[in-house]
Amino acid sequence: MRTLRRALPTHLVLLAGVFVFAFPVYVAFVGSSYDAATIGRGQMPLVPGPVAASNYVQAWTSGSGERTSGVPVRVLLQNTALMALLIAVGKVGLSVLSAYAVVFFDFPFRMELFWLVFITLMLPVEVRIIPTYKVVSDLGLIDTMGGLTVPLMVSATGTLLFRQVFLSVPEELIDAAVMDGAGPLRCLWSIVVPVVRTNIAALFVVLFIYGWNQYLWPLLVTTSQARQTILIGIVRMIGGGEAATDWNLIMATTVMAMVIPVAVIVLAQRWFVRGLVEVEK
Amino acid sequence: MRRRVVFRNRWLPYALLAPQLALTVVFFLWPAAQALSQSVYVTDAFGLRARFVGLGNFVALFTDPLYLGALRVTILFSLTLVAVTLAAALGLALAANRPMPGAAVYRTLLVWPYAVAPAVAAVLMLFLFHPAIGLLGRWLRAHGVPWDYTLNGTHALVLVTLAAAWRQVSYNFIFFLAGLQAIPRSLVEAASVDGAGPGRVFWSVVFPLLSPTTFFLVVVNLVYAFFDTFGVIDALTKGGPGEATETLMYKVYVDGFINHSLGSSAAQSVVLMTVVVLLTAVQFRHLEHRVHYG
Amino acid sequence: MVVTVALGTAPAARAQARVSIELWHALANPLGKVLEDIVAGFNASQSTYRVTPVFKGSYTDTLAAVIAAFRAGRAPLIAQVYDVGTATMMAAKEAVYPVYQLMRDAKVPFDPSLYLPAVRGYYSLPDGRMMSMPFNSSTAVVWYNKDAFRRAGLDPERPPRTWPELRVAAQRIRSAGAARCALSSSWFSWIQLEQFSAIHNVPFATREDGFGGLDAELRINGPLYVRHLETLVEMQREGTFTYGGRDATPDGLFPSGECAILEASSALRARVVREAKFAWGVTFLPYYPDVPGAPYNSIIGGASFWVMRRPDATPEQYRGVAEFFRYISRPEVDARWAMETGYLPVTFPGVERMRALGYYRDNPDAWVAYQQLTRTRPTPNSRGIRLGNLPQIRIIIYEEVEKAFQGKQTAKQALDSAVRRGNAVLREFQRENR
Repeated sequence: MRTLRRALPTHLVLLAGVFVFAFPVYVAFVGSSYDAATIGRGQMPLVPGPVAASNYVQAWTSGSGERTSGVPVRVLLQNTALMALLIAVGKVGLSVLSAYAVVFFDFPFRMELFWLVFITLMLPVEVRIIPTYKVVSDLGLIDTMGGLTVPLMVSATGTLLFRQVFLSVPEELIDAAVMDGAGPLRCLWSIVVPVVRTNIAALFVVLFIYGWNQYLWPLLVTTSQARQTILIGIVRMIGGGEAATDWNLIMATTVMAMVIPVAVIVLAQRWFVRGLVEVEK
Repeated sequence: MRRRVVFRNRWLPYALLAPQLALTVVFFLWPAAQALSQSVYVTDAFGLRARFVGLGNFVALFTDPLYLGALRVTILFSLTLVAVTLAAALGLALAANRPMPGAAVYRTLLVWPYAVAPAVAAVLMLFLFHPAIGLLGRWLRAHGVPWDYTLNGTHALVLVTLAAAWRQVSYNFIFFLAGLQAIPRSLVEAASVDGAGPGRVFWSVVFPLLSPTTFFLVVVNLVYAFFDTFGVIDALTKGGPGEATETLMYKVYVDGFINHSLGSSAAQSVVLMTVVVLLTAVQFRHLEHRVHYG
Repeated sequence: MVVTVALGTAPAARAQARVSIELWHALANPLGKVLEDIVAGFNASQSTYRVTPVFKGSYTDTLAAVIAAFRAGRAPLIAQVYDVGTATMMAAKEAVYPVYQLMRDAKVPFDPSLYLPAVRGYYSLPDGRMMSMPFNSSTAVVWYNKDAFRRAGLDPERPPRTWPELRVAAQRIRSAGAARCALSSSWFSWIQLEQFSAIHNVPFATREDGFGGLDAELRINGPLYVRHLETLVEMQREGTFTYGGRDATPDGLFPSGECAILEASSALRARVVREAKFAWGVTFLPYYPDVPGAPYNSIIGGASFWVMRRPDATPEQYRGVAEFFRYISRPEVDARWAMETGYLPVTFPGVERMRALGYYRDNPDAWVAYQQLTRTRPTPNSRGIRLGNLPQIRIIIYEEVEKAFQGKQTAKQALDSAVRRGNAVLREFQRENR
């Protein structure tokens, strides 16, 4: 009993945190279960309403309400998922190759080239957004999946991580492989990568979330409706501040936008946490 | 640090590095150079005329009350955000670090908000606090608070900070928890055995050992507040009302894309670049120290 | 953005490959749907050209996209740009293909005098040559709740015409509790300053409201403006005027019945018809009767179609654009657009057609907007506003006016401040476009 009383403040704090996090999502879900008129009149209560299914179906298949012409959530989710996947795969691939080169080889300008790659950490894309936009535009990559994903693969977070990790791969493993006659690429593929596969998985999860949650870059680079990502789609639906918006569809879309990244986090929680804590170190 | 076993191929390392280098040059160095060069010109919206003005754009910035206003907003916003999110996250992490039934469940329930994009967090808050349709927005107005973030600048800034903080607390929580779990129990126990109360234990043992994590989080949260909150602002207030929620980063976007003042926008980018480089440099020097002694 | 050109080589190819033209616009549904129908009508009416409408988001987003596309050499041939972007487009001489020149080069018959003077003047050079093709034009009117009038003991068929009368009516509505809010205004800057300047024939800015040159300066702190803002601030204090926010945010206040009187765009019609559950009417913008000659004509809002230059565009494509413009200027198309959307017809034949169809008899409110727009010949002060970065200036006006409504400064201070800050914006625009 005494331990329970002592534990009570702890529980309260934690419950408060959980509640603050969960409440807005709950309200969004409620919002996705009513019709736009009820919400627009300010009469939405705290309990879910009757039209959730039809709202989700409508958002999924057409994305358009009475007042807005949107894009089907199906398309938005496809775009976003593809973008996140490409960014994650691309960045992981690039960093593994680059880190491997810097750690396992000796060649002229090794450290200089590493620093060159390293300084990309210094400037998030937002800070050089307009000239990057111009470069992408000059290359004709506006409104393409390539233009959307490739510029976001540049920063060297993964390279830094894998450099640390590769430096701590046991020497004996490499020694053994080399004595067996393995060349550098064989070594990479058969020895090093399997050893660091948990790091790869962790980084992949982190980068997938990072890619999914991109906002400013997709805002600028996607110009046609068909290419929008789900975040941009949602904000465009809210539009110009009129009170008469299809709130029910917006909330349904918002809920659907959260499902995949949250599911990824919850399922891959251990990897994700490890990946996050190690990437930033 | 060096490895003992290295390969000695001539061209293979360059080939391995080439993709990342190519991307770095095309999508990082070239745009950064362009930002520098564009910042010394004044051009029209369509890019038909350009005039060299040297440091004119920069001088104009620092004498522009709107830019100084954005600076003020950014500083106020960032410091508040950092303070609030770190304090809340630390509190949650301390609570979650105690051994008790359900700890793992709590942790999962506190980690997931990080997956929510800042822009989505903003939409959730908008729906909750909208003066006409939001549950809490209406509740506030019904209880005498003239809550309207579309007209009142302070309300807008509060809401934007809340939305930005909501999911960032989760991120900081992860790091604080990891940091707390890395503190050897023996140290904590030794201190309590010495008769120190939980408060003393915290301030003299736990907090100092957490300071690398704290320092790291301060820098990361500052960068988040400066840049990643663009989505929050764009979704909630678009920098308004007035320029009450227009941070320096948002102003770069508005001046570049909406007002078509590319020279000014580039100059603002250059200023921000300098700030970030300094922040990152400080962070890495500090981390280098830690790596050596850790 | 596929550009296919009909080649004369293979007859089979010519039959199938139409000349393709993109039109970027900012009309969300339901207006976007009507535009698409009209474009489909054009495509079906001939077999040489195909216009493809693409929705690009808000007017601001659309303009930003057009500019970015232009800089990359891929501008759409037709771009819908809002009224306040006119100065930006006009200053970009090499980027746009003026309509008068396009029609002449394509040898498509074109008579500018068919356009309502208020519409034509907004989008023309000072000498009358049209730079862009008007399409969706609205003006500002007063929407009023007839049921609320009745409740307040006011005659619903005789709405107030002047500001003093309007103030009295608002006071009666308040004291009778006939509505929660008596009077409000959407687009405060557009209606209470720009339209205000037009109907009273006072300058909004020098150089003929900016038509005459980039060195224009704002004049919105003149005595009449100060007097008007002071009146509104007093009315707000006495509870007869409610500041409802920026741009179109206050629009919702009228169809919901919250505000009995709302000064708003004539294009609010679609919403009012669909949502209002009370008897309503439309009347002219109020004016101060002691201003000589008032009221003059009001000015338009909305957007027009600009033709963009593009390095790889062909003369056939531009001919297609000209044909498209000829199509949308037909009286039946002009009238259909106006009748289905609540925008005004932009040509005299369009108006005649609507009259012949009995539209104005059945919808007297639409006639008010037309009358107000054409009741006098446009003067230099009522032709429209052509100032660079006008969106920014409007935001400045909102900020200063809001501070006055919050009691933080007087009306005079607010307008002086707006002039000072607005002039800085104008000088910036001038610098960039020298």
